[in-house]
Amino acid sequence: MALLPNTAVLLGKELRTEFRSRELLTTTVVFILIVIVLFSFTFEPTSDESRRFGPGLLWLAFLFAASLMLQPCFLREQTNDTLSALRLSVRDPFAIFFAKLAANTLFLLLTELFLLPFFAMMYNVPVAGVLHWLVLVFVLGSLGISIAGTALSAISAQARMRELLLPLLMLPLLTPILVASTEVTKGLLDRAPYVQWKGIGFLAIFDMVFLTALWLFGEYLLEE
Amino acid sequence: MTPASFSPTGIRFENIDKRYSGLYALRRVSLEIPAGECVAFAGRNGSGKTTLLRIAAGLARPSSGAVNFLDESGEKHATPPAAGFVAHATMVYDELTAEENLLLFARLQGIDQPAARAEALLGEVGLLERRNSLVRTFSRGMRQRVAIARALLREPPVVLLDEPTTGLDPQGARWFAQTVRQLRDSGRTVLMSLHGESEVSTLATRAIRLDAGAIVADTRTGANFRSILAFANA
Repeated sequence: MALLPNTAVLLGKELRTEFRSRELLTTTVVFILIVIVLFSFTFEPTSDESRRFGPGLLWLAFLFAASLMLQPCFLREQTNDTLSALRLSVRDPFAIFFAKLAANTLFLLLTELFLLPFFAMMYNVPVAGVLHWLVLVFVLGSLGISIAGTALSAISAQARMRELLLPLLMLPLLTPILVASTEVTKGLLDRAPYVQWKGIGFLAIFDMVFLTALWLFGEYLLEE
Repeated sequence: MTPASFSPTGIRFENIDKRYSGLYALRRVSLEIPAGECVAFAGRNGSGKTTLLRIAAGLARPSSGAVNFLDESGEKHATPPAAGFVAHATMVYDELTAEENLLLFARLQGIDQPAARAEALLGEVGLLERRNSLVRTFSRGMRQRVAIARALLREPPVVLLDEPTTGLDPQGARWFAQTVRQLRDSGRTVLMSLHGESEVSTLATRAIRLDAGAIVADTRTGANFRSILAFANA
């Protein structure tokens, strides 16, 4: 079983290179912040309006930011052809995906948690009482975005017009995640908060299905 | 180079075809390279040199045909050994230090005592003092030294060099030629693709010319040897 040791080593590399350059985290935080601020100009962010539109715009911002964040995921392995070096070195090729999607989930989650207080303040939405449930939705939603996005990043990195291709492939594919996450978040931000188990179940199943597909077919995405 | 702790290994290409979107990159390439031979592949850009080496490394899959690694008696290895691969691209991370790069790949490969192995190789390629410097601060020559160290981590019996001296200054190319000489003299099988004659090409014991994905000349001696190596400059 080389998967877990290989993944741990590669995850360490992903975190080290990102925390050294801070390219992805900085860009994503700034992007989401701009979207949240700009959206706040488009309607009166009273409590009721925010409850109606807030969850949707929050997840749209996360999704757009993820498409930015995931773009360099495999592209930067092409600069020095390091992907070839990884393919020659790993004992389980799925470890390359597993480490990347774990790192992407972590980066996305950190960004979301960092920006949640800004969202709550700007849109006048109390989140303290349902924070643990929001974290659960963020984890499941971010995981789904990262799993599918990492796979699509591997595909688009080998294509022409790669910068345009990832969002074109990713946004339609992740519509179910957007809808489910928005619905669950809307329930949690309601005046009488409730947990929408159907949505949470859907997110969990989506994550499992895509993770299994990536495990089964991921190796082919890395081939020349 | 570290004293050899590998079993000499040859390589056999059997009827290799490689097609990309219907276009042939390699066409019925059959070739046997005995253990310990140092082979230079020459040919114009697009002649198939890189594709052949990447197939040998296991990075590309042939459309048809097979690559087999052979033991000293010419029999197929039951468990094919991993080949060391060095290309024009360094295949190391600019945002990591030289030592971090080697540790990363050593750990992925499951090498015992990765830190000791990384240190030994950094010493061999003359980068021990710069072990903690980020690779992005290195010159092209120094980056290729890290690339060589990475490729030799698990002491491969076969080393594949794909235009490794491109972009190196004369001093860097000279160092690289010395390294190839050491690899060859240690008993490793060396396959290298080159652009024309150079200090490295003089180390070859066999020259093969590829044209449009097919072998058009293959020699070990004679006047033809130099003309094959000079071909890419033509």
